Amino acid sequence: MKFGDEGFFTTKLESILAWARKYSLFQYPFATACCGMEFMATAAPRYDIARFGAEAPRFSPRQADVLWVVGTISQRQAPVLKRIYDQMADPKWVVAFGTCASCGGFYDNYTTVPGVDKLIPVDVYIPGCPPRPEAVLDALILLQEKIQKGGREPIVVPPREVPTLAQIRAKKALR
Amino acid sequence: MSKKVLDRLKKELGDTILETSNFRGDDTAWVAPKDWVKVATFLRDDDALQMDHFIDLTAVDYPEREPDDARFDVLLSVRSAGKNHRLRLKTKVEAGADLATLTGVWAGADWAEREVYDMFGIKFSDHPDLRRILLYEEFEGHPLLKDYPIERTQPLVPYRDVEDIAKLPPFGLDEGQPFARVDWKERLAGNDAQVSPSLGVDAGQLRNISDSQIAESEHSDMLQTLAGSPAPAPGEG
Amino acid sequence: MEPTYEAFEDDAALELPSEPMRLNMGPAHPAVHGTIRMVLDLDGETVQNVDVQPGYLHRGFEKSCERGTWAQVFPYTDRLNYCSPMLNNVGFALAVEKLLDIEVPERAQYYRVILGELARITDHMICNGAGAMELGAFTPFLWLLKVRDWVWDVLERETGSRMTHSFGRIGGMAAPPTETFAEDVTDLLEQVEKVTIETEALLLRNRIFVDRMQDVGILSKELALSMGATGPVLRSTGVDYDVRKAHPYMVYDRFDFEVPIGHKGDTYDRFLVRMEEIRQSVSIIRQALEQMPTDGPVNVDDPRIVLPEKREVYNTIEGTIAHFKLVMEGLKPPKGEVYGYTEGANGELGFFIVSDGSGTPYRVRVRPPCWFNLQGVRSMVMGGMLADIIPTFGSINMIGGECDR
Repeated sequence: MKFGDEGFFTTKLESILAWARKYSLFQYPFATACCGMEFMATAAPRYDIARFGAEAPRFSPRQADVLWVVGTISQRQAPVLKRIYDQMADPKWVVAFGTCASCGGFYDNYTTVPGVDKLIPVDVYIPGCPPRPEAVLDALILLQEKIQKGGREPIVVPPREVPTLAQIRAKKALR
Repeated sequence: MSKKVLDRLKKELGDTILETSNFRGDDTAWVAPKDWVKVATFLRDDDALQMDHFIDLTAVDYPEREPDDARFDVLLSVRSAGKNHRLRLKTKVEAGADLATLTGVWAGADWAEREVYDMFGIKFSDHPDLRRILLYEEFEGHPLLKDYPIERTQPLVPYRDVEDIAKLPPFGLDEGQPFARVDWKERLAGNDAQVSPSLGVDAGQLRNISDSQIAESEHSDMLQTLAGSPAPAPGEG
Repeated sequence: MEPTYEAFEDDAALELPSEPMRLNMGPAHPAVHGTIRMVLDLDGETVQNVDVQPGYLHRGFEKSCERGTWAQVFPYTDRLNYCSPMLNNVGFALAVEKLLDIEVPERAQYYRVILGELARITDHMICNGAGAMELGAFTPFLWLLKVRDWVWDVLERETGSRMTHSFGRIGGMAAPPTETFAEDVTDLLEQVEKVTIETEALLLRNRIFVDRMQDVGILSKELALSMGATGPVLRSTGVDYDVRKAHPYMVYDRFDFEVPIGHKGDTYDRFLVRMEEIRQSVSIIRQALEQMPTDGPVNVDDPRIVLPEKREVYNTIEGTIAHFKLVMEGLKPPKGEVYGYTEGANGELGFFIVSDGSGTPYRVRVRPPCWFNLQGVRSMVMGGMLADIIPTFGSINMIGGECDR
């Protein structure tokens, strides 16, 4: 095999780093409440988050890349979450899993933090109470795209169209 | 079966039992706060009652009863594992007054009393370890009192200074409203004290995001398209 | 050769003075599911003292209930014990119905029983599966989660939501059973039974699992009663208290089922009691499917309590008015206070409700079973090893939403 037979392409170092990062996300699931059940379901055989390169949970914040805030954060829990976030090494990303973590949800009262973005910056918001595992996987893919692009603007997982409904709407639009 | 418990109580304790009632099958007996432990001990030790299974201890706040009557009702639910009967024991506690602890009678009263202290501020004398249990030590006031406003938060961690970090959720202004029934008259008069994310913009805690408004107009365009009537072009009309 | 250190056994001078070590476990500890903090005083690995601190998921359930209508409490009850939301829905509905002094139609009662028992099955599966996972047995956890997803599929078909259904209504259920309900459930039960057997085969002959579970976290019968423990935790100590048997509600007195009890009150007993309860629930559902009427209403016929059908709301003035009144003012139970109690997945789930005659609850107190079960943890782990806390705590099935509310 002669030199020059292999194809090559040029890229930036950041880009290749981002590519490596996005497919080996070590996650720290900070599971507190109901959403933890759906987080389990996402890790379970049917949805299997391992297919997307985010299999390994690391329960030490120092080894984790993604902090999943799964569930309601009470005011009492807030210092704990803040501390765990501070312990994580850069680069780090935060996913607010579910409505409570995103904005407090219907726990609009004396004890609940109205969204973890009041405490730490959040990269991806997943709406839903709790979100379906499909939405969680969407969020993971969005996060991977974001890591590749390198921006820090927050993203909200868009609602998923039911396939049949989407077809009906497409037909209507054609008429 | 249920009649027997109240009859036995009245027969054995006489005047100590102030009042009894049976509403929808729940037996209830009222006692004075000074007889609280005495009656509880009797319930546990009496051969005919044998109330050895602790069920619950809680309180209800009636601020409008003051000053004629005591403010709090404290309720104890117990049942007998062997005889399978239940009783609710109630007493009235004035605001600021203590109530004797039941931890010596049933071990389960420990956390239940701590919770009542945490939520209502009723102190239990001789309780071995009366601390807050659901909330944190820094919390001021007792949330289940009727005069504690539900939206008064007491954060342990100061919220982020969001002016510097452009990473706030792109939620619309009408999203994240409180779920309470809004007093519309008050709100129209501008007296609404509820703290919601949308009001946070005024308070300077939230950024007013124009992106979300753009998204909203897109959404309404889409709805109109779906309904079959295309959105009017800006030049028309 | 003889070990040399035996010669120094009596030599106190060689022993280093030891102080208990204080260790902070939680509130974000990976091996305890649920957010709880335990402050431990350790002598080596032996637990000398422990301060269990719940409350990290206090979400103000009771306060939140005091600001909506009675019907608006249902979404909050879903999130109490989020492993079995249907049981909470039914529990709250029954408490309010007790206050209103009404009884829902028979079909709705059977429907509630079946959905509730399905929820109980998922709850026990999560508890046992997660408990096993924390001891290193990952396969049974995945096995049980697989079936839990199938159960959730059926629940989703019925209620429209995987987990937080909000499907109970005061005076009935939100919707009648779907047409394929009986078939779906019958097919599901076979799978449930199969996986239960598989899980037991995987775990109960595993030496590591059995050694770590047996004689660990023992709770005595008297202390359990005095602590207010209920459910599998109490039954594992040998007390056959099950609300479904002791105070039958709905149609539970028509079923032939047994209440499994343990004899020692250790972690292993609690595991076995839960496994057996899955089987009993399967048996109850089978009997309920046979007895359930195939048609009939699932709501009481009372426009003051139950929302009218959408068709009537849009087409008749009576329907519109009834709908408006119920949504804006809420139903108005009579003045009074009742304690409605059912058998939740963790034990006696009670709702103590006080009504002042208005459309808003004056006070809703939930008696959380795992709050009282958790209270027993201190005496269970005292004197034991540090590592034994994990299986003990797992077998309590502390659910944050319910425990801290």
